[in-house]
Amino acid sequence: MKILCFIQTLEEKANNNSLESLCAAQSIAKNNSGELHAVVFDKNVAEQLKAYELNSVIYINNSELDSYNPEYYLKSLELLNNELNPDLLIFGHSYETRDWVPRLSARLDKAFVSDCVSVQFNSDLHFIRPIYQAKLNEKIKLNNQGIVSFQAGSYSTENIASGSCNIDEKSLDLSNIELKINPGERFKESAEGVDLSNAEVIVSIGRGVGKIENIDLVKSLAEKLNAQIGASRPVVDAGWLDHSYQIGSSGQTVSPKLYLAVGISGAIQHLVGMKGSKNIIAINKDPNAPIFEISDYAILGDIFEILPKLIEQL
Amino acid sequence: MNICVLIKQVASEDSPLLLNDDKLTLKTDSINFVSNEPDTYALEEALQLKEKNDATVTVCTLGPESARQVLKDALAKGADNGIFISDEGIDTSSPLTIAKTISSALKDNNYDIILSGLQSNDIGFSQVGLLVAEYLKTSHASLVMGTEIINDGSDIKVKLELENGWFQWSELKLPASLTIQSGINSPRYATLKGIMSVKNKEVKEFNKNDLSISENNGYSVIEKFTPVKSKETTIIQGSADEISEQLADVLKNKIRVVS
Repeated sequence: MKILCFIQTLEEKANNNSLESLCAAQSIAKNNSGELHAVVFDKNVAEQLKAYELNSVIYINNSELDSYNPEYYLKSLELLNNELNPDLLIFGHSYETRDWVPRLSARLDKAFVSDCVSVQFNSDLHFIRPIYQAKLNEKIKLNNQGIVSFQAGSYSTENIASGSCNIDEKSLDLSNIELKINPGERFKESAEGVDLSNAEVIVSIGRGVGKIENIDLVKSLAEKLNAQIGASRPVVDAGWLDHSYQIGSSGQTVSPKLYLAVGISGAIQHLVGMKGSKNIIAINKDPNAPIFEISDYAILGDIFEILPKLIEQL
Repeated sequence: MNICVLIKQVASEDSPLLLNDDKLTLKTDSINFVSNEPDTYALEEALQLKEKNDATVTVCTLGPESARQVLKDALAKGADNGIFISDEGIDTSSPLTIAKTISSALKDNNYDIILSGLQSNDIGFSQVGLLVAEYLKTSHASLVMGTEIINDGSDIKVKLELENGWFQWSELKLPASLTIQSGINSPRYATLKGIMSVKNKEVKEFNKNDLSISENNGYSVIEKFTPVKSKETTIIQGSADEISEQLADVLKNKIRVVS
């Protein structure tokens, strides 16, 4: 089995989700006596990847690939696929790969099993992915060559096997592409920068708080616990808190000692950003809220009745 | 300008999800079917583009008979006409087959813009809008947070959400297929007048035989199952007094984040 694992880069750094997928790729290669090659568009990251257990690092040296443009990325992987004929193409399920890998799937006519969380080695290779907002899982088997992506946090970069390999440098002919997509400069919208990555305690606010006036109640709990405030996407979309407070796939990833979720139901996009927390307490009145599935303590009740009394107790 | 919005009918968030004995299909009689929420933002974006740019909005769904309802709902909100593709005999577990089917139904209509939600709340591959872009050879963008037609209608400028709080404006040649990020706008409700107008709006019908589809069954779903919980959860319930007392104890004496 021949596997190519694409490592997404930005400003000479590897995307963490890509490195996690590399860990999954190593485990698939090992269990299938397969060969594994990392594909990368950045020279510095190619150098770093040499220290991992891989058959080779394929470094594509083209100036067109210096910053992300889906059309160049697509063409590069199309050319590489046709040259190397891999059985499996593996990606991290990042925002960027979500933008171009589906098109690659159509172009190559290879099925794309996106957003997987684990792999099972049975008589066949089985990929597990969440469906229905993670209320169910499905188990999938590829019938032919295919493409797979792994959700952030499903594998840990700490488990990447080290080794040593060579860099295979290539240049591709990307000259005949008439661009229909012209990305501009990247920018940040928030002046407020909130860094939750090192917070010990986070009290996080969800749609269940109902309205902006109720945020103060949660803030007084956070003060008692010496905690920082976080939020789920609906809360920042509603403008109750700035976007920089957002935790989840479109915001920050956190792993505090305590994550206390107030009125958060736990859409998969939110869980991705906080499931690594050491202790998770969730307060919600819906017994079926998905966040309870990953909680150490599930507090079933009305936040407006519980919080004032809890604040008193502390 | 012609705009097409792809809308999927999915189980509502509060529907019980009970698997049949085949471990592949769900018991549908307990499910409340609704328009996929992310697609409602795509529809709203289309209706706003129509108001600014004099456009016709078509809504398209692929699904069982019950999915006609999502077209009716969209027509009541202001879409001009619909396309219903019956999923009978079509393997809708494969995003490639879904996208080929939809593309085949849309290909002769020369839409300038195709909009869809970022992902479906059921199977959630988040692929179909982008696969359609490849099959119909349009430009594309995903996680779109804003749209503006520019250069006299030959291009569209889109605001994209990137990772970690970054954004980007990107300019695309039309035709384009865009997947819309939730929260981009506030989807409207249907008016009474809108609801009354539905019966006068045309819905074109397609089924498998009308379309040329080379199915790709590149994978098989072996089974669906309820996730095994990875950790033990202590449930705390009761009166607000009981709950707050126990929770305070957990915070002080078990997790020890406060003394």
